[in-house]
Order: sequence, then structure tokens, then C-alpha cells
Amino acid sequence: MIPAEFDYAVADSVEDAIKRLGEGGEDAKLLAGGHSLLPLMKLRLAAPSLLIDLRKVSGLSGIERANGGFRVGPMTRHAELAASGELPGVVTAAASSIADQQVRNRGTIGGSVAHGDPASDLPAVLLALEGTISTQGPNGSRDISASEMFQDYLTTALEPTEVITSITLPALDGYGFGYEKFARRAEDWAMVGICALVKSNGGTCEDVRIGLTHMGSTPLRATAAEEALRGQSLSPESIAAAAQQAADGTDPPADLNASQEYKRHLARVLTRRALEAAAG
Amino acid sequence: MTTQVQPETAKPEPSRYVGRSLRRKEDPRLITGRATYTDDMTMPGMLYAAIVRSTEAHARITSIDTQGALDHPGIAAVFTGADLEGVEAPIPMVWAPPGVEVKVPEHWPLAKDKVGYVGHAVAVVLGTDKYGVIDAAEKVIVDYEPLPAVVDVEKALEADSPVIHEEYGTNKCFEWSLGGGDIEAALRDSDVVVERRVVNHRTAGGAIEPRVSLADYRAGNLTLWSSTQIPHILRLLLSMQLGMSEEKIRVVAPEVGGGFGSKLNCYPEEVLVCWAARKLGRAVKWTETRSENMTTTHHGRDQIAYVRMGAKRDGTVTGMHARIIQDLGSYHLIEGPVIPCLGGFVMSGCYAFPAVQTDIVGVFTTKFATDAIRGAGRPEATHMIEMCMDQLADELGMDRLELRRKNFIPKEDFPAELPIGVIYDSGDYEGTLDKLLEHLDVDAFKREQAELRERGVYRGLGFSTYVEICGLAPSRVVGPGGFGLQAGYWESAQVRVHPSGTATLFTGSSPHGQGHETGFAQIVADRIGCTPDQVEVIHGDTQTGPFGMGTYGSRSLAVGGESAARAAEKVRAKASEIAAHLLEAAPEDIELNDGKYQVRGSPDKAMTLADIAGAAYIPEDLPEGMEPGLSEQMFYDPENFVWPFGAHACVVDVDVDTGKVDIVRYVAVDDCGPAINPLLIDGQVHGGIAHALGQALFEQVVYDDEGQLITGTFVDYALPTAAELPSFETDRTETPSPTNSLGVKGIGEAGTIACTPAVTNAVIDALKPLGVTWIDMPLTPMRVWQTIQEGGAPRATEQGRQVDEHGSGSAGSGPTAPTEGGAS
Repeated sequence: MIPAEFDYAVADSVEDAIKRLGEGGEDAKLLAGGHSLLPLMKLRLAAPSLLIDLRKVSGLSGIERANGGFRVGPMTRHAELAASGELPGVVTAAASSIADQQVRNRGTIGGSVAHGDPASDLPAVLLALEGTISTQGPNGSRDISASEMFQDYLTTALEPTEVITSITLPALDGYGFGYEKFARRAEDWAMVGICALVKSNGGTCEDVRIGLTHMGSTPLRATAAEEALRGQSLSPESIAAAAQQAADGTDPPADLNASQEYKRHLARVLTRRALEAAAG
Repeated sequence: MTTQVQPETAKPEPSRYVGRSLRRKEDPRLITGRATYTDDMTMPGMLYAAIVRSTEAHARITSIDTQGALDHPGIAAVFTGADLEGVEAPIPMVWAPPGVEVKVPEHWPLAKDKVGYVGHAVAVVLGTDKYGVIDAAEKVIVDYEPLPAVVDVEKALEADSPVIHEEYGTNKCFEWSLGGGDIEAALRDSDVVVERRVVNHRTAGGAIEPRVSLADYRAGNLTLWSSTQIPHILRLLLSMQLGMSEEKIRVVAPEVGGGFGSKLNCYPEEVLVCWAARKLGRAVKWTETRSENMTTTHHGRDQIAYVRMGAKRDGTVTGMHARIIQDLGSYHLIEGPVIPCLGGFVMSGCYAFPAVQTDIVGVFTTKFATDAIRGAGRPEATHMIEMCMDQLADELGMDRLELRRKNFIPKEDFPAELPIGVIYDSGDYEGTLDKLLEHLDVDAFKREQAELRERGVYRGLGFSTYVEICGLAPSRVVGPGGFGLQAGYWESAQVRVHPSGTATLFTGSSPHGQGHETGFAQIVADRIGCTPDQVEVIHGDTQTGPFGMGTYGSRSLAVGGESAARAAEKVRAKASEIAAHLLEAAPEDIELNDGKYQVRGSPDKAMTLADIAGAAYIPEDLPEGMEPGLSEQMFYDPENFVWPFGAHACVVDVDVDTGKVDIVRYVAVDDCGPAINPLLIDGQVHGGIAHALGQALFEQVVYDDEGQLITGTFVDYALPTAAELPSFETDRTETPSPTNSLGVKGIGEAGTIACTPAVTNAVIDALKPLGVTWIDMPLTPMRVWQTIQEGGAPRATEQGRQVDEHGSGSAGSGPTAPTEGGAS
């Protein structure tokens, strides 16, 4: 439980962080809430040579309305998302389910996105919401869509010298949501998690989005299930039929507690439950 | 085997403090972070130790290169198994099953030539910086020649299995049996015999404070502060390990953050820090990481049992046979082989089984040692008995509580001698079950269960009625001339009244969360006439009180508490004599009333303990021939064990779509005799049940086929948290034990012993409509879901032979037909 030796620096601005990242080389890492990175370091599964702490960089934290949606600072803690009365309900529900209160008090949305763990709650939510990640690097700023962000296990589209500056979420007014997280213990990562968003128009499914947590090496969209339900009349039968396709094409990582077969089964069960909640 | 005698001690006066739920005296310092644990301590010039551990489950060490570590800044020394000159003996295994050959492979604090489990200590790195030693340890290069891992305990017994200790030519460590009555005849004469293969998986202690040891050697004297449950025994063992005279060694157990048996040991690291401190002449501290705690702090359980239980059509059980295959790991610690044997002593449960037989085979595997973890053999036995009682009830078409009641040892039969030779000292099994049913209306439950099933909710109810053997003692029975453990089994106490009339109790018991400082103070205060606040309880230091046996096996109150009571009685007797002398009355006319020693019938003629202590320490006018002072010592060795019992019930909901089990209610009625402090009892019961719910639903130590531990952190080893546990409903009956004057029995392990079959039976009850009749723990969501998919019938046992290819896997292999009219 003792990490390998590393250097530590506190950035005073985004530009300073970018500069230090460049100087620190490929083993330099940004430190946000530290609740993914530090445990890996303590287990010596990660050994960065330099940690650049973002806690004193101003303007990276908070939630504000912008362009009909929300602009969320990357250093916004999970607890702040959970307590927000404004954000789409599914964000609040997902953030409330992360680990325990101590972790939620420290962990950040930006850290979770940058870490790219397919077992984390927020990446699949971002994917379903079709959010955007804004970054800044030595060559300027850019926007990365959530669908492009998560590339592989713990691998994102972020360049080593890029800093996330904001995360934009649509308001998705008119959508109902369901968030189903299945874990052995309240504090565990999701064995499988389902984020469902449904826009109903007179009992017909006008739009549906389903995000899958821990069903692959990245967060996924259950596109087959979405297509099966979109345009259909919303009923327990149509939802159950669509949910049957929730695991189609997935190659979920198996572990001690869940085989691939069991995870696919869970995805179908939980998708049905999440869609029922989302369809109201 | 044992006889009943009435305790000699007189009944105390009406108690002022015993029986009250006083808050724990120890809690303020623990809760506010003011307590001192071993890791809080530093010594001048202290070195930190880091252990280089084997990455292989089974291998020959071909070379060790320590140069890289020695070159690391701040490193004082690196030692390997070749350097252990001065360690006089391998790690001791002192408590073995008696009368049989037990193979004891040499287990050195650092491996010599060969490693037998992942985590086996290979080298120790000592340096001035606690971070630096860990970096340096990574630079020790160990080359291994891998040998085959032996992971499956049943395959380890097969003729073609690789052998771990070549010198034995087998992986079989020992065989031991305990029986009474003719089991084969009993089963032959049965109308129904159920046969089940019962897997009780490996678990960890999971104490919140990992192990820490700090040794200091100066001027020929060694002091070890260690997170241990047995400071006095550890000192004795260290004197043999290090070839040092016992009086030159002091062992202190400072604040200890939980043990659950996992700190009842003489660990390699404890010997190693002492040896290194002596060799280097500097203090040495080793602090275990959580990953090390999961790897090399001993595990518990891990047995496969083939159980047969027979009965007549009317529900009279004829006999119970358990053939237990115990996974011991590759090397022993202090008492691994004896643990499954403890289960043999309660294999009758609370029933009048005419024939009972336990046959145990201990087996080496390339895993870490199993040893005592809360309950130690008795939870395993209780799980077999209480699971099979439900199975038998179903085969007979009989109500499961009616079956239990039919076979309970009746209240009027106590003390009851059992076929295996033990004497249950007291019991009222109907009484605890009746009380349980006051809290839980079975008929109402059944109506609710039926209604819920209409709505697709699968609710189940399970029971466990248990008896426990505890209060480890008496020496005559368990010691060298009896069961054969190489020790005496008593407890010491010294009550020292100070001149101002307050007192210190020195106890040989060594608490690590139990609450002795409060409960023992209540016992002493009532007996000598002061308040519990005026009784300081000192424990865990070989330099203060007399030799003591420590805390484990639910023995503290029944042996240590009784010892304290008897020492206090001696103090009171002397105090009464002094009071009688000074008040000019006869000693027999002095009564202790409301904290005053007064002359019977003359309330104005009275003295306080402070008055008497003053007279005892300023001896101007003491009775003729009386020594000054007021301090008494007691070594109490009881005549029998004590036998707590109780009835537990669990209500669960199973989500049949996901397999997840939710505890809806947990009701426990326990009988540990008259309560000294009900609050402490509830705390122990809550913790005990939580421990067992952890095993039943969440926790499992898992090694892969290569012998690699894959549950090395609390992410994978799923200890339950408050969020996973129900609010416990507890109640008690109080049947005094005739064994001691307090009438008390142990309670620290009761919840753990009782609980797992109640939960498992409840899950089976919930899933019966889906054809599920058997499931092994842990009842993880995936296992429950898979069991539902497979129809969940018990696997065949074929007279104890393994019948599937998956070892300890959960897959069923077809139903077992009950054997009609005799065993097949």
C-alpha cells in the first residue's frame, strides 16, 4: 500500500498543467480526485514519475447552464453532481451510486472520464447523453464527442498533454430515465450498469438511448435494443422484446463474480428494468 | 470425560453493576483516535522491515540476488533463509489432534530452498525509511524453478497428484476420528438417509488493523509489541524460537484492532523482527499491508464434507456421519490441524443423536495455512448439521422445526453426556426456539410468502438451532493428558486494591475489541464494593500481571471473567475479615451492601473499601497474623467447557432474475447464561452474525489453478459493509451454566456458528418452487442464478468419492435419491 517514488507539482492554471505535462514526459499524470489513480499507485499497478495536481486551477469546477444544456467543470466532485437539482436525473442517479460518500466527496467527473474505466458509472451515462468533452492542449482546444472518447480499456482519445476543460451535457428535456446498477455491495463498481433514456410521444417511443457499463472494454451503446424500440409503441412487451437485444454483439470482461454469460443475462434483465423506469 | 461440580464460590450480594448495559469504558479513546496501536509507535533508531514474498505457489529457489536492495539508499541489511543463524526452531505447531501422527513440515520464518505458497517470505529488507524498504524489496531478484501447484484438496489426495513435501510421499497430513455409537449400524437401520456433499469455503479474518510487530533489543532484553491475541503464549514460544530465557522477553499487545482468530498465532514475521532486532541491536518494525494480510495472515474454513444423516420414519434421527477433507495449506501455523477436530465435538448439535462419527483427513495444498477463524471448526459442523436437518425434514415430509424439537436433548436431561463422551453442562433448546417464535410468526410468514409468490417475489425463511462448545479449558480435558494440546487451559487474574480503595485487575485474557475493560470491571466492582470506574483492567503485557492464556475460543468471560470473580472474592473475604476486626463483629456477620461492608443488622456499623484498604496498607490494627495489603491472585481451571446455544432465523428475498439475495429479517435468540452486560452481548452477536453473513453471501478466498491468490484486496474479497446488513433483532434466554459461579457461557462466536445455515436454508426455502433443493456458499448472485438455471439439486456423494470434475465448483451433477431402507 505504499506507492513507488514520484514527484508532485501543483498547477496554477490549465496552461501551467499543459506545460508541466509536456516537460514531465509520458510518465507524468494529472491528479484530480485521485480515487482511481492513487489506489492503482498504492498497489504499484501504476507508477507515474510526476503527479500534477489540478486542485488549485480555477474555473475547472462547478455546474452552469450553457446553450440549452449544462457545462460541467471536470473537477466537479461526484457529490456535487449527486446534489445538483438541475442536471438530468440520470446524471444525479449515477453519481449518487458511485462507491461511498467519502469517494464521492473526492472523485471528479473529469477524472472518471479521463481514466476511461468501463466499470465506472459516468462514462456510459455520458455516452447515452451524447455529451461532449472539451480539452485544451499545447496546440489549442478541441471538442471530443463521448462516442469517440472511450477507445479501449483505460484508454481514451485524450492526448498525453491534453487537459479536460469542460464536459457539456444536453438537458434532454422530455426524456424519462432509468439507471440500473448491479453490484454485490453498495460500494462496488458495477458488475453491469444500464443507463436508459426514453422520449415518449403519446405512448410511442420517439427516441431511446441505452448506455452499458462494464459490458466491454469501453462503455457501450446497446444499439440493437435501441433500434428495436425506437418508433414502437411503449409497452411491457415491446420493452421486454427490445431488452432481449441489450447484450447483442457485446464481449463483456468476465471475472470471479460474473461470467460472460451471466453478464449478458444481467444486461438484458437490467435493460428491461431501466427502460420500464424510463418509459414511466 | 468431565464431571460436574458445584462452584465453590459463594453467590455475590445483589449486584449493583452486573447485568447492566454500561457503555464501554474503552470506547472514548478508540472512537476519538486517542488509542495507541503498534503502528503508532516508533523507537529511536528504528529500522523498518519489508518482506520479499514468493510470487510462486510451489517452487524451488535457485538463487537470490540481494545486491540491488543492499545498494538502495538507507538499507541496513537484507537477510534470506540462509542467514537465519540463531533461529533455533521452525515456526511452532503446538496444538495438534492427539493420538495420531501429524506431519509437520519445517516452516522457517524465511524460506530455505523451497516455497510452498504465494506470499511465502523469502527475504527481509531492513532500512531507515518505510518507503525505501519497499522500493528496495522490489530489487531483490529471486529465481525460481517452478513446481506444480496443488490447489484442489480432493485431487491432492489422488495417487497421481504432485506431492508437496517429498519426504512424506503423500499430501495427506493426518487422519483423526471422534465417534460414539455404531454409526454404520445406525445408518443401516434407518428408514431414510440423506447424503450430502457440503462445501465450506475458505475465508479470511479481515481484521481492520493488519498485523504489526515492533521489536526492540537492548542490554540483553527483548521487547516485542505485536498485534496479537496471545502475548504470554507468544513470549513462551519466542523464548524457544530465539533460544532466549523467558524472563528476558517482554511481549505487549497494545491496542489490537480486531483479531477473529487471525492474531492467535506465532507468525513468521513476529519471530523475524525479534531475531533481526537482536542481530542488529536496533528496533525493527514491520507493518503488514492489506494485500499481505489477505495473502499471509491465516485463513479459515476450507473443507469439503461428505455427510450422512439417518432417521426413522417418525423423525427420530439415528445417526450423523461426517467425513471431512480439510485443506491445511502447505505449512502449519500454531494449530491448523486441530481446527476441524473442534467441529467433531459439536457434531451432535443440540440433538440426542445416538450415533455420531466424525472422520477427518487433513491435506496439504500449495496455499497459505488455514487455522482458527471465529468459530474454528464449529461453524462448519453446525452448517452440516443444520443444513441436513432441513434436508431430512423435506425427505420425511416433516416440518423442519418439528423434526428439530423431536430430536432436541430435553431440558431435564442436563447435564447430558453424549455418545462421543462430552458432557453438555446445561441447555434449554425448546426455550430458545419458543422465544424465537415469539418474535417470528411462522404461520403469518407462510401466508405472506404465498402472497408474495403470486406477485413473483421469492421470499424464504430459514432456521438454525445450534450448540457451541467454548470456554477453552479445562486443562485436565484439553491438556497433554486429555485431548492432548500441549498447554494448560486456565486463566489468571489478580485484583490489586490500592491504599485509597480503587483497584486494578490484571487479567491474562487479552481483549482486542471484546469489552473486557467494562465487563470485567463490573464483575470485580460488585464483588469488592466499588464502582466499575474504580476498577482499571490491565491486559496484554507480560510484564504486568501473571501468565495468561489470551483471548480466543469464546473463553474470556467463562474462564477469565470467572477467574477475576474468584480473585475478587478472595479480596472480599480478606476485606470482610479486616472490617469484622475493626467493627468488633464476627467475619460471617459482615455483608457487602450498597458498596459498604456492614455488620448485619447494624447499618451504622460499616466501612467502605477505601476505609478497609487504608487499614490494610497502614497495618496498625489488623487481625492477628494477617499479612498487610489487599491484593489477591487466582488461577482458575474449570471442570468443564461451557455450552452456549440458541435459535436463529433468517428471512430473505431472492431476486430470481439476477440471483441477488437480500436479508429481510434476521432474528437471533442466544443463551450465554446470565448477562454481565447486555450491550456487550449484543455487540458480539451483531458482529458474529455479520461475520457469518459475510461468509454466506459475500466473502471467499480464491486461488486460481496455478495457486495464485486472486482475492488479494477488499475489492475482490467482498467484506460486507453496513449497507449490506440488516438491523439485527436479538433476544436472550438465560440458562445458567453450572460450570462457573457467574453461570456464564461464551458469546463471541455464537452468531458466526449459528448463522450460515439459517441464511442458506432461507435461500433454499425461497427457491423451492423453482426446484432448488441445495446450494453451497457463498451465495453470490451468479451462483444463485446458475443454481436456479440448473434446478439446484444436491450432487451425489457416492460414499465420499468425488463425482464431478470441477473440484469445489458449484455445479450440481444430478439429484441424490434418498436411500430408502438403508445406506447403499
